[in-house]
Amino acid sequence: MAHHSISRRTLLAGTAVLGGSALSGRGALAAGPMTVGVIYVGPKDDYGYNQAHAKGAAALKGLPGIEVVEEENVRETTDVQKTMESMINMDGASLILPTSFGYFDPHVLIEAKKNPKVQFRHCGGLWTEANPKNAGSYFGYIAQGQYLNGIVAAHATKSKRLGFVAAKPIPQVLNNINGFLMGARSVDPAITCQVIFTGEWSLAVKEAEATNALIDGGADVITCHVDSPKVTVETAARRGAFVCGYHADQSALAKDKYLTGAEWDWAPIYKGFVTGMQAGKAPPNFLRGGLADGFVKMSAYGPAVSEAARKNADAVKAEMMKGGFAIIRGPLKDNKGNEIAAAGKGLPENAPELESTGYLVEGVRGSA
Amino acid sequence: MVADTATTDAASADGAVAAPRAPAGLQLRAWAARRAEAAIIPLGALALGLGLFSLFLASLGKSPAAFLDLVYRGGFGSSFALQNSLQRAAPLLFAALCVALPARLGLVVIGGEGAIVLGGLAAAAVATPLSGAPGSLGIALMALAALLAGALWLGAVGALRAWRGVNETIASLLMSYIAIALANHLIEGWLRDPGSLNKPSTRTLDEAFRIGPLPGLEVHWGLAVGLVACLLAWVLTERTTLGFAARIAGGNVRAAQIQGLPVGRLITGFTALGGALAALAGFFEVAAVHGNANGSLVAGYGYTGILIAFLARQNPLAIPPVAFLLGGIEASSGLIQRRLHVPDATILVLEGLLFLLVLMGETLYGRFKVFSPHLWGDKQAAAGLKPSGAPAP
Amino acid sequence: MSGLDLPGDLGLWSVLLAVIGGAIRVSTPFLFVSLGETITERSGRINLGLEGTLVFGAMSAYATAVLTGSAWAGVAVAGLAGGLFGLLHGWICRLPRVNDVALGIALMLFGSGLAFLFGKAFIQPSAPQLPAIPFGSWSDLAQVRAALQINVLFLIGAALSVFLWWALRNTRIGLVVRIVGDSTDAARAMGYDVDRVRLLATGAGGVLAGIGGAYLSLYYPGSWNEGISSGQGLMAVALVVFARWNPLACFGAALLFGGAGALGPALQSVGVSQGYYLFYAAPYVLTLGVLIATSSPNHALAGAPGELGHAK
Repeated sequence: MAHHSISRRTLLAGTAVLGGSALSGRGALAAGPMTVGVIYVGPKDDYGYNQAHAKGAAALKGLPGIEVVEEENVRETTDVQKTMESMINMDGASLILPTSFGYFDPHVLIEAKKNPKVQFRHCGGLWTEANPKNAGSYFGYIAQGQYLNGIVAAHATKSKRLGFVAAKPIPQVLNNINGFLMGARSVDPAITCQVIFTGEWSLAVKEAEATNALIDGGADVITCHVDSPKVTVETAARRGAFVCGYHADQSALAKDKYLTGAEWDWAPIYKGFVTGMQAGKAPPNFLRGGLADGFVKMSAYGPAVSEAARKNADAVKAEMMKGGFAIIRGPLKDNKGNEIAAAGKGLPENAPELESTGYLVEGVRGSA
Repeated sequence: MVADTATTDAASADGAVAAPRAPAGLQLRAWAARRAEAAIIPLGALALGLGLFSLFLASLGKSPAAFLDLVYRGGFGSSFALQNSLQRAAPLLFAALCVALPARLGLVVIGGEGAIVLGGLAAAAVATPLSGAPGSLGIALMALAALLAGALWLGAVGALRAWRGVNETIASLLMSYIAIALANHLIEGWLRDPGSLNKPSTRTLDEAFRIGPLPGLEVHWGLAVGLVACLLAWVLTERTTLGFAARIAGGNVRAAQIQGLPVGRLITGFTALGGALAALAGFFEVAAVHGNANGSLVAGYGYTGILIAFLARQNPLAIPPVAFLLGGIEASSGLIQRRLHVPDATILVLEGLLFLLVLMGETLYGRFKVFSPHLWGDKQAAAGLKPSGAPAP
Repeated sequence: MSGLDLPGDLGLWSVLLAVIGGAIRVSTPFLFVSLGETITERSGRINLGLEGTLVFGAMSAYATAVLTGSAWAGVAVAGLAGGLFGLLHGWICRLPRVNDVALGIALMLFGSGLAFLFGKAFIQPSAPQLPAIPFGSWSDLAQVRAALQINVLFLIGAALSVFLWWALRNTRIGLVVRIVGDSTDAARAMGYDVDRVRLLATGAGGVLAGIGGAYLSLYYPGSWNEGISSGQGLMAVALVVFARWNPLACFGAALLFGGAGALGPALQSVGVSQGYYLFYAAPYVLTLGVLIATSSPNHALAGAPGELGHAK
């Protein structure tokens, strides 16, 4: 993917002066100190999505010459545009990391056009060649983690029913649900997975109700894709179900009911961005990676995970580390009976089709 | 809740009661005295609030001086900061009017959020079939759709109140939640642009249907329209028979009915107008900000609007300064978070504290002789009216 | 999926069971807040700020439980903190010309802000939870046992609603509160200190709202984070009007609201997976429907305290 030339970086040097703020002196040094602005849609410590990013940002704070400015609970409206501008004008930020899906279009695109000397890297958005060159997007193939969750879950389930609390039926969530069940079915094809959509990224009571409904429906291993998995994990563990975590390590919340979890690891990614920029190189415009690239990692296995499960999951993980592992591979149908992949066909983790998944695989109860 | 709160306040505050007047000069001075009181007391409360909050910050080990500096720089101290504040104030003007207009009739409507969301959705929905039409036509029809959606939604609340006795406060809140559910359902269902992957949205508007910023500013047209709406709302409530009738009905329904006022239609009309204005906020979010309707329309403006309307004592002309102040605090909140390394919630505490004190300040009206109209020569006004904000007898 | 694809052996019965279980699980905070607000409004004042009290109650209960290891200590602190917020509202409203509705909104911000601020440190740790009584242990069905896990606070709330209903009619204190709420002038003529009664009634309302918050963080969902309430306090205040200021009806309203809220997830779990946003709106639609059906143009505010909303 396109990397930018060093000359862009030297242009970057001038921006901070415009703000006339206390930090303006910093930007004047070409490849030295720089300010990174990180923006969160929710609270920084939500035991989930935002916390994972905040942890990545925290890893930058110790680096020499790096100043990190952060703002939480920023709405996906003009608010986020003003926050970005304020970080640029007043803090002299030269790299902005808006971490919520909804920030990209139009907000990041507008600000990227307005501030051509500042780099914007957005988490989750689909940057294309048509978008400004100083913007970009990064994301991880975390469905790989959900696939491994599914393998471990399959070894733990007795009812052969898994449960998934999901926020909205968007491609990244659907990939996770599919990954979870495909992992489980790689162990036992009789396993099914019930999904309940809450419709919101963060809504505690509804998430608890959804978890209860899943368990009442017979599910005995639960995972989720909402911003803050804390409520789902705790509710499931209290009901006696096993839990696979998501976004961050929630093992402390479920104790021996915690099997494993799919976690983000943004620290190396963010470090890569800033060390690159300090060396005069703009971060890539389109960056994706999975387990092999260190974007995603697994929580340590809980005590309830059997030896067989560990071996199974570790073996698949080793396979994934080689790259090109296809979670979606034929012959496979979706849960409405349409063919997704013919026999012999597979979608490796970097297949562009996965960015627009609109189906749930056979065996998932629920509709996309 | 049958709060006829502001009606009496405002009636006296603006001296709209037709009474023999003092000579112009004296009258002006008395007017100025009342205005000065209305400005100095809340400003004093704000200053006190900032002081108390500084102490609070000091107890957390943060520098009060740095805090005050950041409030100024973030919200008011530069062209960028001012525009930031104005931008944030724009949708709040509409949201506050949605509360203030029905308040003339003694109604407490707290469901503006739903009207905002539906307004935005309606605008986006009509934009799709209009694609290719001339820009001005498209924009006009989008605005019309939004106005209609908001008027119908909250007008229904008014009608239920007028003819069925359904409490408008709870009904509007329930309708608001229902509106948001409906909007989500449509945005992620029928109206979804199949190309909107990870952020479900309606189809993006034609470029010609987009509304740009005000000339020379980075603030969109919603601000100007909102200010005009506040002015017109004031004219309506203070300078027309309709507004006068509404105020009478708000004071005493029976009396209004005996006088032959169409109370039911007044109630429905004012709530519908409030809903229509709130929906305009949604229209501007779609046409000037997002370019489509999506879940971000649910941004909480409706609830902030309630607070602004009450702080403005339901006076449409007081809404812009209050909204601007709130916009300024929100604009500076980011800078404060980043520089003082305090959580976002700190600003919530500050807002709560400031408004608590401003509201407490209401008790001081009329306590200071220096503001008394009497002192400044308006003997009739002094005799005929209590100082602004006086309780209903 | 097409049609109804029923899991388990219960089929559609599981939806009914889920609604019952949901009513019991979810209703308690609504119940406590609306009972508290009923006391306050019966005395002639509106405290719209109970959302903030609820959230602060949730935070302080959780924090106390983490620090002391005792969930009941958390409930006590939440009640105390809620009482303080109530007294603050009551005290400020004593001042002439201060509008109680507006002040409530300011307190909502203030309470939530303080809760979020001081609650930061308590998002990560786990707190001990309030105990539940297994009323369903007779059943072989896991779903029945789960639905009938009943928390003590729910039972207390139910008993409280009966008691308050009785006390408002039959005790001297109840009578005084009602007189004060119906007519300031009459109450003054009878020699009652109107402001003091309202102050105490608002304080009592705050105590109950705080305890409602403790239920949120210490039992269900049983967790502390900033999204724990998401407007339940505001809704509960509105439910008081719906319940016509009658504590028994508050209990019914809370159950209706909680049960309808369980409909969305339960229907999805039996395969009704389309239109879940609309199912999630069920509590609001149902409440509105009942409200419209039970209102009447002639006595719009039957049961409403006469002084309520009479602005200063």
